[in-house]
Amino acid sequence: MAKVPVQFTLNGSEKAEFIDSGTTLLNALRDKIGDTSPKGGCHQGTCGACSVIIDGELRLSCLTLAETCNGTTITTTSGLSESGVLHPLQRAFLDTFATQCGFCTPGMIMAAKVLLDHTPNPSRDEVVEALSGNICRCTGYEPIIQAVLLAARANSQNAA
Amino acid sequence: MALALQTFPTVKDANSALKAAGTRYLGGGTLVIRAANEGDVSVSSLVRSTDPALSAIAVAGGKVRIGASVTMAAIARLPDLGALAKAARAVGGPAIRNMATVGGNLFAPAPYGDFAVALLALDATISTDDGELPIETFLAKRDGSRVIVTSVSFTLPKADGFRFLKVSRVKPKGVSMLSIAAVLERAADGTVSSARIALGCMADRPIRARAAEKAIEGKTLDRDGIAPALAAATEGIAPITDPIASAWYRAEVLPVHLGRLLLT
Repeated sequence: MAKVPVQFTLNGSEKAEFIDSGTTLLNALRDKIGDTSPKGGCHQGTCGACSVIIDGELRLSCLTLAETCNGTTITTTSGLSESGVLHPLQRAFLDTFATQCGFCTPGMIMAAKVLLDHTPNPSRDEVVEALSGNICRCTGYEPIIQAVLLAARANSQNAA
Repeated sequence: MALALQTFPTVKDANSALKAAGTRYLGGGTLVIRAANEGDVSVSSLVRSTDPALSAIAVAGGKVRIGASVTMAAIARLPDLGALAKAARAVGGPAIRNMATVGGNLFAPAPYGDFAVALLALDATISTDDGELPIETFLAKRDGSRVIVTSVSFTLPKADGFRFLKVSRVKPKGVSMLSIAAVLERAADGTVSSARIALGCMADRPIRARAAEKAIEGKTLDRDGIAPALAAATEGIAPITDPIASAWYRAEVLPVHLGRLLLT
C-alpha cells in the first residue's frame, strides 16, 4: 500500500505523517498519532462517537480519509483542556453526571462545542438538534442536554 | 481497510480513472467509506476531483445549479435555497450534513436519499461528464452508472409551491420511514393546475407518484379534493422492508402522510 504524506494542525500542534492511502482519519489519529479521544463506534456514520471538528465543522472521522485533511485544522476532545484546566463543557459533563461508560462523551462534547461556538446561548431544542447525530446508550440523554445548557450558561456568565 | 485514493484536479481525469475495476468515486464519504468499513470488498480504490466547480452554487433568474460536492449543510444555510432547507436538513445529523453531498445523495439507496426525493419532485436535470439527463432517467440507470455527476439544476419553485415531509421514528434525526416531496402549482381559482409528487422508501430509489399526481390535478387542496389522490397514492409502489418499517406498514401509512402534506 502506497504511503502518502499528510500534514495538518491537530489541537494547535503541527502534524506531518506518512500514512497508508485510504486510512481513515479515525485510525490515523488513534493508531498513528496516538490521540485516542475520538472513539470508533459503528464506523458507519451512525453513532457520532468519532466526531471531530475539522476547520470549524463537525465531521465523522470514521468516514473521512486522513489524506483529504491535508492543510486543515483539526480539534479533538483531547485538545480542549488548557494547562490542565478542563474546558467548560468537560467540566459541565462531570458536574451533571453526563457520562457513564464515557464512550460517547468525546463525540458529544465535540458536537456541543460546535453548537456553542456558533450559538452561545442555545435553546433546549437547539441542543437536542445539535446532538442528534450522537448516540448514547447509558445516560438517557437528559444529563447530557443539561450539561450543554450548563456550559452555555457558564460561558455567558463569564462573558458578562 | 486497504484503499488507495487518487485525487485529480479535473472531473475528466477522475472520470477516466473511475473506469478501472473496483474503483468508486469519493464525494463526502458517507456512502463509499461506510461501505468499505462494512467490509465491501468490491471497493478497492477511490478517486475524487478537487475541481472548484463541483462545490459551486449558482442561483439566478429562478434557476439553480448546485455542484455535486455541495453538502447538505451548505444548502440548508443558504437563504436563496430556503425552500429546500427542510429537505437538506432531513439528511442525517449535523456531522453527516457537513459531509453528505448532493451528488452522493442521488446514489443513496432507500431508506436514504431524502434530498434526491426533493430533486425528483423538482424535476431536476443531472449533469455528468458525459452530458445531461432528466433525474428520473438518471435514477433508473444509477446502479450501473460509471460517470461522475458534476451538478444538479432545476427551476426554483414558487414560495409556497414546494412541500417536503420526512417521517421517521426517532426525532429529530432518524432513518426515513418514508419521505414525500411535492411541487404544486395552482390556478387562479385555487385548484391544482399541475403536480409532481415524489416518494422515498416506496421503492429502492425515489419514484414519482404519477397516479396521485393525475388525481389531484383540477382539485382543490381540501379533504374532499385530495381524497382521489390519497386513494391512488399506493399505485405502482414497491416499498422497502427494513428494521424501521415493513413494506406493508409503509404502504398503509403513505396515504395518511401524503394527506397531511397536501393539507399543510
